[in-house]
Amino acid sequence: MVQHTPVAGIGQKRSSPRVEAYKAFWRRLSKNKAAVVGGVLILFFVLTGFIGPLLTTLDPYEPQISNKLKPPSAEHWFGTDNYGRDIFTRIIHGMSITMKVGFFSVALGGIVGVFFGIISGYYGGKLDTVIMRIMDVLLAFPGILLALAIVSVLGGSVQNMIIAVGVFSVPAFARIVRGSTLSVRKLEYIDAVKALGASDARIIFKHILPNVMSPIIVQLTLRIATAVLTASGLAFLGLGAKPPTPEWGAMLSEGRAYMQQAPHLVLFPGVAIVIVVLAFNIFGDGLRDALDPKMRK
Amino acid sequence: MTKFVIRRLLQTIPVLLGVSILVFSLMYLIPGDPAQIMAGEGASPQTVEQIREKLGLNEPAPVQYLKYMKNVVQGDLGNSVRSNRPVMDEIKARFWTTVQLSFYATILAVFLGLIAGIISAVRHYTWSDISIMIVALFGLSMPNFWFGLMLIQWFAIGPDWLPDFLKMRASGWGDDWRQLILPVITLGTGGAAIIARMTRASMLEVIGQDYIRTARAKGMGERVVVYRHALKNALIPVITVVGLEFGGFLGGAVLTESIFAINGMGRLTIDAIRTRDFPIVQGTVLIISFLFVFVNLLVDISYRLLNKRIDLN
Amino acid sequence: METVLLEVRDLRTSFFTDDGEVKAVDGVSFALPLGKTLGIVGESGSGKSITALSILKLIADNGKIIGGEIHYKGNDLLTYSDKQMRDIRGNAISMIFQEPMTSLNPVFTVGQQISESIMKHQNLSKKAALVKSVELLKLVGIPSPDKRIKQYPYELSGGMRQRVMIAMALACNPEILIADEPTTALDVTIQAQILRLIRELQMRLGMSVIMITHDLGVVAETCDYVAVMYAGQVVEYSDVVTLFQKPKHPYTIGLMNSLPRHDVEVEKLESIKGNVPNPKEMPTGCRFAPRCPAATDLCRREMPALMKDVEGNDVRCWIYSEKWEGESEVIVYGEKRIAESRGTETILSD
Repeated sequence: MVQHTPVAGIGQKRSSPRVEAYKAFWRRLSKNKAAVVGGVLILFFVLTGFIGPLLTTLDPYEPQISNKLKPPSAEHWFGTDNYGRDIFTRIIHGMSITMKVGFFSVALGGIVGVFFGIISGYYGGKLDTVIMRIMDVLLAFPGILLALAIVSVLGGSVQNMIIAVGVFSVPAFARIVRGSTLSVRKLEYIDAVKALGASDARIIFKHILPNVMSPIIVQLTLRIATAVLTASGLAFLGLGAKPPTPEWGAMLSEGRAYMQQAPHLVLFPGVAIVIVVLAFNIFGDGLRDALDPKMRK
Repeated sequence: MTKFVIRRLLQTIPVLLGVSILVFSLMYLIPGDPAQIMAGEGASPQTVEQIREKLGLNEPAPVQYLKYMKNVVQGDLGNSVRSNRPVMDEIKARFWTTVQLSFYATILAVFLGLIAGIISAVRHYTWSDISIMIVALFGLSMPNFWFGLMLIQWFAIGPDWLPDFLKMRASGWGDDWRQLILPVITLGTGGAAIIARMTRASMLEVIGQDYIRTARAKGMGERVVVYRHALKNALIPVITVVGLEFGGFLGGAVLTESIFAINGMGRLTIDAIRTRDFPIVQGTVLIISFLFVFVNLLVDISYRLLNKRIDLN
Repeated sequence: METVLLEVRDLRTSFFTDDGEVKAVDGVSFALPLGKTLGIVGESGSGKSITALSILKLIADNGKIIGGEIHYKGNDLLTYSDKQMRDIRGNAISMIFQEPMTSLNPVFTVGQQISESIMKHQNLSKKAALVKSVELLKLVGIPSPDKRIKQYPYELSGGMRQRVMIAMALACNPEILIADEPTTALDVTIQAQILRLIRELQMRLGMSVIMITHDLGVVAETCDYVAVMYAGQVVEYSDVVTLFQKPKHPYTIGLMNSLPRHDVEVEKLESIKGNVPNPKEMPTGCRFAPRCPAATDLCRREMPALMKDVEGNDVRCWIYSEKWEGESEVIVYGEKRIAESRGTETILSD
């Protein structure tokens, strides 16, 4: 116990500048108009994902053949699809799928990636080499290919999409967190804390993790954008969520055949994807600028 | 330098081995009996047994892997379960189509991205900068398959100077280079956005450096300062992205080829996944990844060549 | 009376940031006589580097020269066009910088960087410019110059790089060399070499030099005239002998008292209390008033102008004006301080 008191002391001493840094971060973030817009949009999307489906009156699944391929109107804002289903309703229902896939896959990839990144950077040596070689292997599959290969094996479903995109996100987190961990570990106070007898787990959770949080948060946000793009790509190829699920990529894939008569079938789901991805991208950019004053110009 | 190249070459060996192990084990990650799945539902037990026999699925996994690798090294990726033709032949027929597509997309991305990024950096905080950066953000946020569909909608159906992609079911490029235009734009736009953002950030950082002030203090004109002193330094980090982009395009070709009905490796992969022709899936994934690793190796070496002047201090 | 080559009058340079205007240089005046060395001394943030950059009009995008005159051979540089300025820079007036490590472009060879400026200003061919570059490297004392010319900056040590910078600055026989803290980033032994080199070259080539430094030792060794800067203003301008014998401004006196001296024994080195004011919250009156032991209400209320004293030197302090009513005895220099601490008050030399 006696040994630990100074450690706690260091922790407390650091908390005050941390609060300061936090305040400065908020000030910078709220000054960045694009980031604020992105953040508000994301909140709105999450909210829509949760309660949107409850507010829609039309059924996103039930075909109404007599009503098919209607152009946008007051009744059907985004028109109807080839089964006569209301596209607006389907997009609202699709929002919860998109949010689920985006957040869960990146959470999965983030947790695994951060774990391996931290132990790789903290312990170094052979363990580091092995982990980083594995990450190199995962990175050797360009673009969507890794997720594609995984989903081709597991079969298409929302759940498998999350797993595939999650695995696809692991190496990015591992690499970034390893880099930050290495630079934090070099700081003298980590040696001091170690000399005072703190355990590795304690050092990692109390000292390393809080210090590598900034790049992780930025990466989480930006990776959600990539995840949404990747997942919709998989669904578009017929390898993710399957029709009649109102997944946007799947909707695009279905609507493709009717593009000439009814372009709204591919227009609206695509616009939905663009706006969601855009929101995460600008919010991520804003977070990065706010968290890293060096990068500001 | 030679030492660096050798070390870097040696480093790719475990990566290539890892890739091949992962690709090989795809077959084992399939829930259920792979032979049954490949044969399809309602296949006779004899057919299933035949496939099992043909793929050597009865032997222990490590033995199978070694056999697989022995064949891979000799350029034999097995036979397609569906057509029974060698996987290598199927890939050979389509390899250049995909590489060409990715190559042209890379050129477009580098060309557009560099110009946009430089303009943005030189005129930073003006309207041209802001508009370029907004367009780049959209380019980054757009699913390229959707962008491709929109391009078809706008151009291919409308003006008759572009080939009609909806009717086109050609294999390879045929002899009409115009068939390349829309797929290359579709594939290259996202990459152009990334390169534009990188170039801008890199240029802005370089323009703030002391040696730029030195160049100005020597009486150099703004054009010499920007295009000679700054650009040469700013391009070095951008080069690393170009390799990544090319690889990303190889993977992204899966989507582009499927939209434009291009008979390349991407479409081969998708068709194989649909028909559960796993030897083909393994083959294309393996070839594309190997190519990607190789391109990254080249990029690393050229980066090192350009950068040795900076790094060593 | 000496010929004045460059005269700066009431120069004002501001930076415009998100938090408002920052007056980095706010009323700087001095003269640089032909063939002499003028020192500009001050703490970091006093505006001395910005003053130097303003002379060449090399202020960053968010900065602007908002007033004053810079007379060079009778013409005001502030009225010059960009093109005219480019013909001045690196040609008639050149500059060397504090950080030799980062001031050379890493992707060009030493030869390329030196000859670039020769080609531009003297219309020489590439070949002739390279030949001249070798001569210049020889001039600044770099051994085996024909080999060095082909090397990249990373292959040179810090001292060598600063010599290359000097060679580059001398490429077109400038009339004025502005040296912005040329030795700060170097090892002590190298510092002396570089200062000696600059002095030698000045003699040989008859240049005038503006030496920007925070080090009074460098001033004493190299300068003929000195402008002392505080918070964006010149507070004292005089010849170097007068400055060291009879410093007038309380800030200068404070600086002198913080120096170790070998002629008198001092029990404890003094330091100036307080901090340099934040440029966003400048005091309304004299900028040194918050730290000045003699400050009166007048000092806090009104900013003093740079005025001539009886000897013709400039000082920005109310003490030397007719308006002064306060006690100036609290400002002490050198021996007086010791006398006080001994309990007598008689030994003040002047």
